[in-house]
Amino acid sequence: MKTSTRKKIVQTVAFIVLRGCLYLVLAVLLLFLYDIGKKGGGAISWEFLSQAPRKGMTAGGIFPAIVGTFLVTVTTALLAVPLGMSAAIYLNEYARQARLTRLIRLAIRNLSGVPSIVYGLFGVILFVNIMRFGTSILSAGLTLGLMTLPWTITASEEALKTVPNSYREGALALGATKWQSIRTNVLPYAVPGMLTGTVLGLARAAGETAPILFTGAAFFLPYLPKSLGDQFMALPYHLYIMATQHHQIQQVRPLAYGTALVLVAMVLGMNMAAFVIRFRLRRKRR
Amino acid sequence: MSDPAASVKLETRNLDFHYGTTRALKNVSLSCLANKVTAIIGPSGCGKSTFIRTLNRMNDVIPGTRLEGQILLDGKDIHDPDVDVVDVRRRVGMVFQKPNPFPKSIFDNIAYGLRINGTRERKTIEAAVERSLRRAALWDEIKDRLEANAFALSGGQQQRLCIARALAVEPEVILFDEPCSAIDPIATAKIEDLIHALKKSYTVVIVTHNMQQAARVSDLTAFMMLGELIEYDATEKVFTSPSSRLTEDYITGRFG
Repeated sequence: MKTSTRKKIVQTVAFIVLRGCLYLVLAVLLLFLYDIGKKGGGAISWEFLSQAPRKGMTAGGIFPAIVGTFLVTVTTALLAVPLGMSAAIYLNEYARQARLTRLIRLAIRNLSGVPSIVYGLFGVILFVNIMRFGTSILSAGLTLGLMTLPWTITASEEALKTVPNSYREGALALGATKWQSIRTNVLPYAVPGMLTGTVLGLARAAGETAPILFTGAAFFLPYLPKSLGDQFMALPYHLYIMATQHHQIQQVRPLAYGTALVLVAMVLGMNMAAFVIRFRLRRKRR
Repeated sequence: MSDPAASVKLETRNLDFHYGTTRALKNVSLSCLANKVTAIIGPSGCGKSTFIRTLNRMNDVIPGTRLEGQILLDGKDIHDPDVDVVDVRRRVGMVFQKPNPFPKSIFDNIAYGLRINGTRERKTIEAAVERSLRRAALWDEIKDRLEANAFALSGGQQQRLCIARALAVEPEVILFDEPCSAIDPIATAKIEDLIHALKKSYTVVIVTHNMQQAARVSDLTAFMMLGELIEYDATEKVFTSPSSRLTEDYITGRFG
């Protein structure tokens, strides 16, 4: 066989394999969404979304859990977004690229791999006990914030790295201070990427159970939280209870699937929002 | 040198520069005269880009570097503690090797330097933008699309935009670091004309690896090799009867 023919066959085979992998991943995702949609779709109703659970959680809705997850995610964002972006700016723009900086960066990467239950236990000790925030939205949000920080920092730093150095040097050469060059000529082009990474991290935090398990999530609350110091219900924890801890698991299964559907929709929604933000801001720059 | 009446605008004395343990500049003493074009030529890696970047302290931003010796702007060392590096860079403008317009509109590119230096009045900025673009011989080509993105311009236009951007902050010296190496010959000719015109108002230093370009645009030429200043004289003298054997070998194409 001629070499050129052989090379073409190899290329075709490689393309088919790669495309196959993509379809496989997509198929798993679609199957997953289809299953949740089919089994949970029936449970979705206005009552389900707007009412609290009733009759030992065998009836009623998940409204308190939606509110709880929303409030915790906002608290998480308030910690993780400003702190993460600032840390990334410092690491990428100001810190001397010496051994200590590399060590810090390595530590941050490693922190993103720490299991979420470890963050949960850490949160209990630091926020609930030592800082006496109790089991509350604040404790849970801060715990999730800590967990999200490494992702936010890493994503923000990657976004800053994509800004060409010539923008920084160009600004400096015109008499800009370092901060001016960063603020006016680096951040505007890095922010879309920073936001995308951050929202993806937040979406992941919104779906976590372990970090909120001991820091503030309640099994069942008949009322909505009134302040950041209150306990709350959260979608992932509610789902965990409905799926494994309830005494009438068969009966509440449709409700559990309905909860899963709402949670997945929320996370997917946030991810979509991240891409829309990036797309919009990118287009505005052009 | 050829013109004793010309005054020294920018001068280096016994300049040494190190990247970590590598000595990139060795004892370079060179005077750039006001309203003259000084060209710096030499083979790749001879330190000419390093040298020109020391003149507005752009090398400050590279970690692990060290500088010894003096750089005097109007007789004042730009590394003196009471000298603000931001002020040095405003007075000594720079045009880079690769055109580096910012991803903003043409207008905002030119206005950038004014705005960061505190100019707010729209009228002042508009006047400065037009003046700078005219001086950079770009006004007639783009006056109708000042709000277009600078990336939409051709490479040569982008480089003239960068020159206009540098001119807008009213510098006294303009440094060109191989300004034409990423540009086609026709655009190069325009930029050379421009450099020639600019020396009426500014002190110009240009690094180039194109010897014809040095001969065309400069009044004085410095030849550098391996971090050392080999020869510095009137351009005509350097290209017709160089005093150093190394210079002669280089300009006749025997190496480099």
